[in-house]
Amino acid sequence: MSAFAQTQLKETFVINLGPQHPATHGVLRVKLVMDGEYIVEAEPVLGYIHRMHEKMGENRTWAQFMPNTGRMDYLHALAYNHGYVTVVERAAGIEVPERAEYIRVITAELNRISSHLLWFGAFVLDLGGFTPLLYAFDDREQILDLLESVTGSRLTYSYFRFGGVYNDIDENFVPGALAFIKRLRERLPMYHALVTKNVILRTRLEDIGFITPEMCRKYGATGPVARGSGINFDVRKHEPYSVYPEFNFDIPVYPKGDSMARYMVRMDEIEQSMRIVEQAIAKLPDGPVMAPKAPKILKPAKGDYYHAVETARGSFGIRVVSDGTNTPYRLKLRSPTFSNLSLFGEACQGMLLPDALALMGSLDLVIPEIDR
Amino acid sequence: MSVHPEVIRLLIFLVGIIAFAALNAAYLVWLERKEAGHIQRRIGPKEVGPFGLLQPLADGIKLMTKQLIVPAGVDPVLFRIAPILVMIPAIMGFVTIPFSETLVARNLDIGLLAVFAFASVNVLGLLMGAWGSRNKYAVISAARVVSQNVAYEIPMLVTVVSLVMVSHTMNLTKIVGQQLGGFWHWNIFNFAASPLMPVAFLIFFVCMLAETNRAPFDMAEAESELIAGAFTEYPGMGFGVFFMAEYANIVIGCSMATILFLGGWDCPFGLYPGVHWFLLKMYFLIFTVIWIRWTYPRTTFYGLLNLSWKILIPISFVNLLLTSAMLKVF
Repeated sequence: MSAFAQTQLKETFVINLGPQHPATHGVLRVKLVMDGEYIVEAEPVLGYIHRMHEKMGENRTWAQFMPNTGRMDYLHALAYNHGYVTVVERAAGIEVPERAEYIRVITAELNRISSHLLWFGAFVLDLGGFTPLLYAFDDREQILDLLESVTGSRLTYSYFRFGGVYNDIDENFVPGALAFIKRLRERLPMYHALVTKNVILRTRLEDIGFITPEMCRKYGATGPVARGSGINFDVRKHEPYSVYPEFNFDIPVYPKGDSMARYMVRMDEIEQSMRIVEQAIAKLPDGPVMAPKAPKILKPAKGDYYHAVETARGSFGIRVVSDGTNTPYRLKLRSPTFSNLSLFGEACQGMLLPDALALMGSLDLVIPEIDR
Repeated sequence: MSVHPEVIRLLIFLVGIIAFAALNAAYLVWLERKEAGHIQRRIGPKEVGPFGLLQPLADGIKLMTKQLIVPAGVDPVLFRIAPILVMIPAIMGFVTIPFSETLVARNLDIGLLAVFAFASVNVLGLLMGAWGSRNKYAVISAARVVSQNVAYEIPMLVTVVSLVMVSHTMNLTKIVGQQLGGFWHWNIFNFAASPLMPVAFLIFFVCMLAETNRAPFDMAEAESELIAGAFTEYPGMGFGVFFMAEYANIVIGCSMATILFLGGWDCPFGLYPGVHWFLLKMYFLIFTVIWIRWTYPRTTFYGLLNLSWKILIPISFVNLLLTSAMLKVF
């Protein structure tokens, strides 16, 4: 028991929030020690959906592990694919054509928007508002249709290949993406009028659920959670990869650290992602989408490689150790939600149950990515 | 042997009231789902019957065929008695409500008092059901329900008291009788009694939402926090009865708002007063209640209590003082 819990030695009771609970969005279980409706101690219990992705990586060829990456975070699968292909390309020394990198960025950013839209709906649902969820799904559907037309699937894409992408975009994709951006630009003010400016929502999010920058550093929180606490860190800007340095975009940072700050970071990121997609479409070069000399059977040189990408939830790092054979020797995944959830126990101490659940919703949890 | 005609009349009214309450409970669920559907840009129920009109029937059959599990560890008496204790007062509330000048089961001189007395039993039923469930979520919900209802009954009743002062009677038929003859006679626009009358109506409406545990004040059943709150352990029709009682209470709440503020069966411009005007106004209010639910997120529990103790109660007392002063002066 923590020191805070011991000072509250009175009549507490334990409540198991999950693994089947509407607010945990999956099979997360949080053991809460409660004093009335006040949380004395919270301990996330993980492992209900653990699938040993890291061990699986050691047992299959480099290419066979590719679909696994998309199944960790099914909401922003393309960024996870991106991280894995980039690190393997670096290990194997494969040059990627520029057009392929542009297509990767366009699709990954569209995927980021769809992830943020789903989070927006689910978060408002956590706060008891049902309708925005379906509006957000309506918009997300447009992205999924677009991505389906190029990648062939709607959720776990596995679209990138070592050396490029599987398939060139068709002639309908670019006009479709531009039409979607135009549509979302018109819809975002509606979301802000309906949800962001709503007085009930503001009282539930403002000045509640503080996460300090120290907490973020202590637990390794990244992404919108850290940026909502005033830490200006985004892998796309600070450790640039792919063709992100070519684009002009801002990193939304809100210093306050309350639930509203994290909400605003994500809403602003939707706009920034739209800017990136627009610029990438304007600059999209011609050429092949697959490296001509990409080997069929991959045997990267011996070595230890690490690469991080910015996903919708934060920094996803992937470390591969190659011993020169056709399977990885070791594969380590550093998933952002795991770190972001770790601070929940400290951040929610002394909070009321509904506020703690609002805080949990603002962390944007994807459970299969925590357990891997 | 002859039966007293009053007994037959009462029996007919009793059957009619129960039918009215049950029909409303069933079809308000349909209306809610349909309205929510259109607010969310989808169709809503459409498969069972034309426009999904048989959906409530299908839901009812489904709920009734489910086994009534009484979980191990619950208090068997409280657990079984609670749904009944919620449903019966909800139906009793209809007894004194005048739907038109003649359409009233019992025209009591304390009709107003009777409705609010029955309405407050509802809390007890919810508390017993939640407490008897021995479920932690239900117990949290029970604590919320009680403090919520205590907090919101005060501004509601203070507003009603100021209306009783204006109309000098607690007989609901007489209260409507004083508002007849066009919308400028309605209590909501009775500026001679108190310039704050529209505000009083708003307070009454908000309190009614809170009393019936409707969003954005649905603390008792906050599904993203407490799963199903007080009803977590209830299976099948046990849950169904709670659900029906909730809708019956909404009907009573909106009927009271119609009677007290919107002139009951009076026509806004003096044409053909009658029960149809009453139903029109009542269903418009119910429509608004559902509309609010599907637009706003849920408040927090302390936000709810703050709203009552810091805003609604002071305003309703100001309204009470103002009304008594105006009555004394004019």
